[in-house]
Amino acid sequence: MDIVTLIIICVKALVVFAAIMLTVMAMTLAERRISAFMQNRLGPNRVGPKGLLQPLADGIKFLMKEDVIPSGVDKPIFLLAPVMLIVPALMTFAIIPFGSELHLFGRAIQLQVADINIGVLYILALTSVGVYGIVLAGWSSNSKYPLLGGLRSSAQLISYELAMGLAIVSIILLAGSLRLNDIIIQQQGHFLSWNVFKQPLAFLIFVVAVYAETNRLPFDLTEAEQELVGGYHTEYSSIKFAMFYMAEYANMITASALTVTLFLGGWDIPLMNEAALGNLGVLLSVVSFVIKTALFLFIFIWVRWTFPRFRYDQLMRLGWKVMLPLALVNIFLTAGYLTLTV
Amino acid sequence: MTGSFFFYFFAAVTLTSALLVVLNRNAVYSAVLLVFCFFSLAVIFLLLEAYFLAILEILIYAGAIMVLFLFVIMLLSLGREKAQEHFRYLQRGLSLFLVIVFFLSVLIIFLSDSGILHQPHGTFTAGGVNALGEALFTKYLLPFEVASLLLLVALIGTVYLAKRKV
Repeated sequence: MDIVTLIIICVKALVVFAAIMLTVMAMTLAERRISAFMQNRLGPNRVGPKGLLQPLADGIKFLMKEDVIPSGVDKPIFLLAPVMLIVPALMTFAIIPFGSELHLFGRAIQLQVADINIGVLYILALTSVGVYGIVLAGWSSNSKYPLLGGLRSSAQLISYELAMGLAIVSIILLAGSLRLNDIIIQQQGHFLSWNVFKQPLAFLIFVVAVYAETNRLPFDLTEAEQELVGGYHTEYSSIKFAMFYMAEYANMITASALTVTLFLGGWDIPLMNEAALGNLGVLLSVVSFVIKTALFLFIFIWVRWTFPRFRYDQLMRLGWKVMLPLALVNIFLTAGYLTLTV
Repeated sequence: MTGSFFFYFFAAVTLTSALLVVLNRNAVYSAVLLVFCFFSLAVIFLLLEAYFLAILEILIYAGAIMVLFLFVIMLLSLGREKAQEHFRYLQRGLSLFLVIVFFLSVLIIFLSDSGILHQPHGTFTAGGVNALGEALFTKYLLPFEVASLLLLVALIGTVYLAKRKV
């Protein structure tokens, strides 16, 4: 591996990291402003023009607050838990392609940090590891509400992971590959070749499962304020609390980007040949990816301020008795269709 | 060069964390250390270019099985493990016996030099997912189905045990 390739990889990793962090900042503001407009309020609009500097003020505040570590906690694991939550959240984005191939100084640069041929499995592996942060935070706090939150979340994440994985299986059946780039190429062309239209049921199951996996309303039982104070992060303060917050938004960003990649053609623009436009086409593909992802991020916020929370038994019943059988039926139908036609 | 450096580093991490899993008296710490052990083991698989195995190691062992272990440990709320006097000698004797058997078998493989250890580089990559899937559904179909039956039996048993209490 020559030195230039190494530099390119490092630059790509840094750009993706910076982009996620900036989007997290933007999301904290967007969530509060949009929720305010939905409730006929104004929201934070004092810091900077239109309140745009509010995330910066929040960040400084988080850093300057006293970092309280309660005396009853299990200290090593208490300190480890936020890290174990945020690292998988940031790592997952590494394999999502955010644009077509860039040609610069005679080099073809794939706009993706790592192109691995079992990309989908990598995503499933990392989402399943994300549970540890929440479970360990709940346990190490040595307090009943965080423990309940941690237990709820591990049961919830494991239940919905199954439905999510099975929804992805039907996409893999169509693409015939576990590589995300192959899945995007399979969706190129017309609008109707997007997987949303080919696999509407898988799309529905996947999106619902994603909301459960990211602990967002209507499935945010792990931090239901009315029942659990704050859930698994009740005992955390200062920058460690901020890390839980950042991990939640980073997970939402990755989940939206993944939904776009698997179901909305990724960076692809329908009815357009990006390769013919050269580097302008690359730029347009990145823009198309960003717009689609932003749309899903907006829907995340929209859903949060529209739907009430599920009860825990309803959540489990939905996961095991509705989503799982539906996903299995969908795989059966897709596989049957493919064997009959291909 | 870098490959061998990574190998020795992660081999050391694997062995240290594996040792700490056994030596630790706190069950939750042991579980977390075992997760670290699985991760560094996955990196060693990656260095062997066995990407599929590496991901499966994380997906199944670290992602699913250990989460359930942790779940159970937390529900039982075990503190420091109390030494159980009754089984102590039996436990130690049995583990010593198993370690000796394992060590001897590894030693025999090393000394016999039958070529098992000399796999060419990238043996595990060939075909990857497709080859594995095909092998599971053709050559190893019967063991595969028997394993699924075993899981079904375990599932029914769990449901029965849980239902009786309600």
